[in-house]
Amino acid sequence: MATFDGYPRPDGPAGVRNYVAVVPTSVAASAVAEAIGERVVENVRSTPHQMGIDPPDEARKQVERTLSGVGTNPNVGAALVVTLGTETIDADELADEISGAGRDVETLSIRNVGGTAAAIEAGVGLARDLWDGIAGARREERDARELVFGVECGGSDATSGIAANPAVGAACDRLVRDGGTASFSETPEFIGAEHLLADRCVDDGIRERLLDRVERRESTAQLMGVDLRGAQPSPGNQSGGLTTIEEKSLGAVSKGGTTPVRGIVDYANPLPVGGGLVLMDTPGYDIESVVGKVAGGAQVVAFTTGRGSTTGNPIAPVIKVTGNPKTADRLASNMDINAGTIISGESIDAVGKRIYGTLLDVASGERTAAERRRLEEFAVNELQPNELAELRGDT
Amino acid sequence: MKGTVLGDAGLHMAAADNVVTAIEDLDAGTEIPYDGTAVELDKAVPFGHKVALVPLEPGDVIIKYGETIGEAVEPISPGEWVHTHNCESRRGRGDRDVSDGEVA
Repeated sequence: MATFDGYPRPDGPAGVRNYVAVVPTSVAASAVAEAIGERVVENVRSTPHQMGIDPPDEARKQVERTLSGVGTNPNVGAALVVTLGTETIDADELADEISGAGRDVETLSIRNVGGTAAAIEAGVGLARDLWDGIAGARREERDARELVFGVECGGSDATSGIAANPAVGAACDRLVRDGGTASFSETPEFIGAEHLLADRCVDDGIRERLLDRVERRESTAQLMGVDLRGAQPSPGNQSGGLTTIEEKSLGAVSKGGTTPVRGIVDYANPLPVGGGLVLMDTPGYDIESVVGKVAGGAQVVAFTTGRGSTTGNPIAPVIKVTGNPKTADRLASNMDINAGTIISGESIDAVGKRIYGTLLDVASGERTAAERRRLEEFAVNELQPNELAELRGDT
Repeated sequence: MKGTVLGDAGLHMAAADNVVTAIEDLDAGTEIPYDGTAVELDKAVPFGHKVALVPLEPGDVIIKYGETIGEAVEPISPGEWVHTHNCESRRGRGDRDVSDGEVA
């Protein structure tokens, strides 16, 4: 039986880290949240973001869902919600949702404590107290079936579809075989490969939902009378040898492995534990996409790259995998796995086995390159006007 | 890797593919064995980029991974670099719908 050493949680799967999350409700509280995180370095992680204080209703719901998901991720032992005090997102409601998952939570209003300097002082004290409350937690051996593994790609080139993505896919297949959940997203990067995913859906409902989500992303370009080529593949992808979105997608979807598609959930919605391969409908922007899966409960993320990427996440460790031998060399200090060996003859399955081993080690506490360097990018997906209109039923 | 490496130069990912992927920076004049003969590169092709194995006409599909990745938009000779200058996506093409008058 595959196992890892994790922190047991009252309401669900074990965490692979034990953090106090400092979660701002808007951009207006983000600087204070970040300062608190910097002042109390160890085990306190802030999630600063750019969302405004009064977003349109549907956009607000998505931000609330994301922040609540982040606050209840298994890697979070306790949370501090920071608000300016004028936001339409209610800090107390957000705190209640997080405490509903059995976590200790405090809220801090910048307006109520008398400004940013006072809020940072008060926040540092609250974060320390919250840490004291969870510092006694100890790792225990847990079944790998408790793991929700998010997979992402960014800075793709031709090696992504040949080496790094199929190797991560082989690791996903191993986790799914051991009873866990693997999830990949970035719906624009299903375009041209959706027929292959559709063939693997376990029932018609999931198949229809998947094809509907892909069509929505594709029709965004059609509605605007433009084509995707300006952005997909990106200029960097093109330099790396990727000519069309179809080519990029066919390489991208291999990172989820080869098992049946058991579901597709919306951005930042809960990913099932023990759920096999489950997709999430997200935009192609990798930071927002990673955050969507972490909000969905992913405790560990694998991030493949060809041309190079150094990004991490504040809450979930991010394992960087490259299939490009030049990137493996030039960005060695930011990479965890060199899958470029596949180009020179190592088997995809052997590298997949290596990645699965690293996943279990990282889940048990081994720090990734991004963690050692405190690379903790965070962004919430902002719904675009056409998406808001559709959700309101205007279209 | 999935597929077959032709002449230590190009990765042929599936039998149906009409392009190969350069697995190193290839010089002009490099020969890639294919179908009992060889295609010769007319220009240098960088690592990760694609080379045509067969003659292609505008509208012909380009196949990699055994799947359609786009279509030729000009005549392409065997041994020619295949990229955005001579191959285009068939998907997410709102621009084509506009010219066809299909978008309200």
